[in-house]
Amino acid sequence: MALLRFGADAMPSAIESSEGYWASVWRRLRRDKVAMIAGAVVLALILMAVFAPYIVPADPFSGRMLRRLRPIGTEGYPLGSDELGRDMLSRLIYGARMSLLMGVTPVIIAFGLGSTLGIVAGYLGGWFNTIAMRTIDIFYAFPSVLLAVALSGALGAGLTNALVSLSVVFIPPIARVAESVTTQVRNRDYVEAARASGAPGFTIVRVHVLGNVLGPIFVYATSLISVSMILASGLSFLGLGVRPPEPEWGLMLNTLRTAIYTQPWVAALPGAMIFITSISFNLLSDGLRSAMDVKQ
Amino acid sequence: MSEPLVQVRGLTVSFMGGPSPIRAVNGVDLELRAGETYALLGESGSGKSVTLRALMRLNPEKKTRVEGSIRVDGQDVMALNRKQLQQFRGKTLSMVFQEPALALDPVYTLGQQIAEAVAIHEGVSHAEGRKRALELFERVRIPSPERRLDAYPHEMSGGMRQRAMIALALSCRPQVLLADEPTTALDATVQIQILLLLRELQRELGLAVIFVTHDIGVAVEVADRIAVMYAGRIVETGAVRDIIRNPSHPYTIGLLRSRAHGALQKGARLETIPGSPPDLANLPAGCPFAPRCRYAIDQCQTVTPEPVAVRDGQIVRCLRVGELEAV
Amino acid sequence: MSAAAPLDRGGPAQPLLTVRGLVKHFAVKGSLFGAKAMVRAVDGVDFEILKGETLGVVGESGCGKSTTARLLMHLIEPDAGTLIFDGETVGDGGLTMREFRRQVQMVFQDSYASLNPRLTVEASIAFGPQVHGVQARQAVDRAHGLLDRVGLDPSRFAGRYPHELSGGQRQRVNIARALALQPRLLILDEAVSALDKSVEAQVLNLLLDLKEEFGLTYLFISHDLNVVRFMSDRVAVMYLGKMAEIGPAGAVFDKAAHPYSAALTRSMPSMDPDHRTEEAPIAGDPPNPINPPTGCRFHTRCTFAESVCSTRVPALDPVGPEGGPSHLAACLMHEPGSGHSKAEAS
Repeated sequence: MALLRFGADAMPSAIESSEGYWASVWRRLRRDKVAMIAGAVVLALILMAVFAPYIVPADPFSGRMLRRLRPIGTEGYPLGSDELGRDMLSRLIYGARMSLLMGVTPVIIAFGLGSTLGIVAGYLGGWFNTIAMRTIDIFYAFPSVLLAVALSGALGAGLTNALVSLSVVFIPPIARVAESVTTQVRNRDYVEAARASGAPGFTIVRVHVLGNVLGPIFVYATSLISVSMILASGLSFLGLGVRPPEPEWGLMLNTLRTAIYTQPWVAALPGAMIFITSISFNLLSDGLRSAMDVKQ
Repeated sequence: MSEPLVQVRGLTVSFMGGPSPIRAVNGVDLELRAGETYALLGESGSGKSVTLRALMRLNPEKKTRVEGSIRVDGQDVMALNRKQLQQFRGKTLSMVFQEPALALDPVYTLGQQIAEAVAIHEGVSHAEGRKRALELFERVRIPSPERRLDAYPHEMSGGMRQRAMIALALSCRPQVLLADEPTTALDATVQIQILLLLRELQRELGLAVIFVTHDIGVAVEVADRIAVMYAGRIVETGAVRDIIRNPSHPYTIGLLRSRAHGALQKGARLETIPGSPPDLANLPAGCPFAPRCRYAIDQCQTVTPEPVAVRDGQIVRCLRVGELEAV
Repeated sequence: MSAAAPLDRGGPAQPLLTVRGLVKHFAVKGSLFGAKAMVRAVDGVDFEILKGETLGVVGESGCGKSTTARLLMHLIEPDAGTLIFDGETVGDGGLTMREFRRQVQMVFQDSYASLNPRLTVEASIAFGPQVHGVQARQAVDRAHGLLDRVGLDPSRFAGRYPHELSGGQRQRVNIARALALQPRLLILDEAVSALDKSVEAQVLNLLLDLKEEFGLTYLFISHDLNVVRFMSDRVAVMYLGKMAEIGPAGAVFDKAAHPYSAALTRSMPSMDPDHRTEEAPIAGDPPNPINPPTGCRFHTRCTFAESVCSTRVPALDPVGPEGGPSHLAACLMHEPGSGHSKAEAS
């Protein structure tokens, strides 16, 4: 059985080969202007986070109390300064690091654990499915914000604990989606046909189930990135996530809230970044969803 | 003779939105007189259902380009405004669908749905509408109609639902009934009951019926005339007897010969039409059937055949029809 | 085909598959406090499939013909029943399920749903042999050979995905996939029903050719009586989870012994514009398989029904001397001493 290989590369001598699945997804995605723009924004944000130390105009950690809360467009402070006189532009660029980390990491962890749980429950069905899904329903009963806050609070403040609690929050919804997609695929005739060929369950899952469920689960998971960012911002806002002086958009929103009457535009900037990032991730996952629909 | 009840001239329907337009209907002419039953026969993608929907302007307006003229009962269907269209649908023309479970509203009882339709269209009270609904249920032979009026669609069997759907379609006394594969989803013993019911209603109410089907046997049971469609065109039309006994278009001939039936020798092979129907987004030039036709000549690849009358009322679109008749 | 065909153990007289007492009831959710309702989808079905024949199965929705197919493949677990494949009991220390499944394969109605959209045609066909230990390279070679055999040029079609094929082409792929394990019995569950008529004829011819070439046996399930008659040597008629009649195709269609078979045959459109059907052979819809009628399940729609029919369950017995021992029907009119006025007194 170890010799079984089913990738396109394992199939010799396909003379007139059609474009692969991912090639066709890419072709359709390229035609979707909205998704491509959103993708470009996401890429720009990632590059900004990676190269933050090289592109910031000023030190995001040191400020001058004399130059607090300058408006947008002040000389030397293109986007103004915060309540401690630090350069907003530099802090927003640096903030992308933490914010993206807090947005993406929990989703990746939850994707791994949640989809494993959901796929196994969905494929096996029966009592395992019942136990797994009812347990998940218990978590579902709590609003996600409350759950994240409660877990973070119980684990104690700090970055790692915030990441852990956010991961836990996202496992139930991902497992649910994974379970329902897998249950659908499991009842397709091609899975029945594979069972009728005498293939063992593990082989069927690997060859016939995974390829058809991971895509939809992945798309759903990407849509959670924005939720995760907003929740992470919320945790930071409550003092449970990132600690000052580390720049993180949610935390910045928190510390600037007192300035909302004096410098409303500056105070709104971190919120705008959260908004732009989450909407870009959402539009990108929407585009992916329709591009992955084979029947077009 | 008076003007036909339904007159369609040069109807073309294309669906836009894809990389290239899908040419579903490519020049359909048809005429239907009062009290006549006409079957549109064709395979999937032949344009039979799209033609039917075009008569009622049911194709999604934004994505569809419709050309040609459609006149029903003296009205220009293409020129109707929204208000007139509402009156037109149901009152002049009404439709029975393949899947009554999808066409009926699941949250209202059948009696409510019919009474509502009658009340809106004829401006009468709901009580009046319900009386009408009861009459209709008796007319379509639903057993214990009084009780069934208060049933929800899901509480009825497939055959009863289709009867109820027909009752709903008849609720505003239409002149023309459009039937889109109304028996395809039904079991054989139920299908024949519905076909007989439609025939009876057509006779008693003097309805004109356009019946879309993929099954020649069904068409023979209900229709006076048959139009055979292929790739968005009517390739042959004529009286049922002529189509069955003297089919003249190679496609019709092929369809009839490829039918499995009891008289065949055990182990014999069916005569087949090779290949599969053309891609409507990429129709070949000339006769669309030419690539599959055993009688095709070079000219068929380039010239679109015009309708030719081979017999009284039997019209065929085939370049070689004269020669083939002689065979 | 390189490998030798599986052994014919019991000789030609041994039925290829014997089915005894097959039962499957599905629980459906009743009302909150009510008792659980049972759909008696297949309720005690016996039949044999002889070597080299095509056994047609007809019946209306809810008669259990598709459930029977899935039970035979053990895609759903039967509640009761025995399968004997060429003299060997399936399971219980006899033939293993895995070996049985290699010898019995199935083609489904929906050609698109039965192919993995993410696998190329050749990968789908090669999957089965690989599962049974054939090397990838040889499995692909076999797939190419089969594609060629079902009329699809492997150089053009092997690397394609299901959505790039027409319905008829996909069904050819499904047939090739079923044949890839070199089965002896092929179950065709409405395999041509979704195809256009002009394509259906091509696939039916292909099935006849393949049967001759590979010495196959078919279980051919369809709602289309014309097609079943054309394909089958013997025909089984099912009604609400029970076998109503089984016998040679000609006898069942022309000299039906069960009133239901007769009504089904006469419900087919006449194809003669001068002799259209004037009266429906039977009224009403098939009853719901939840709580089916007592006694003979057809008595609610049967024109010959008498009071005994609602209490006594008819046995599937030979119709009588003129029908021969191979023509069986479950009707009290053919059961001597049943109490029905048309039955002989015993």
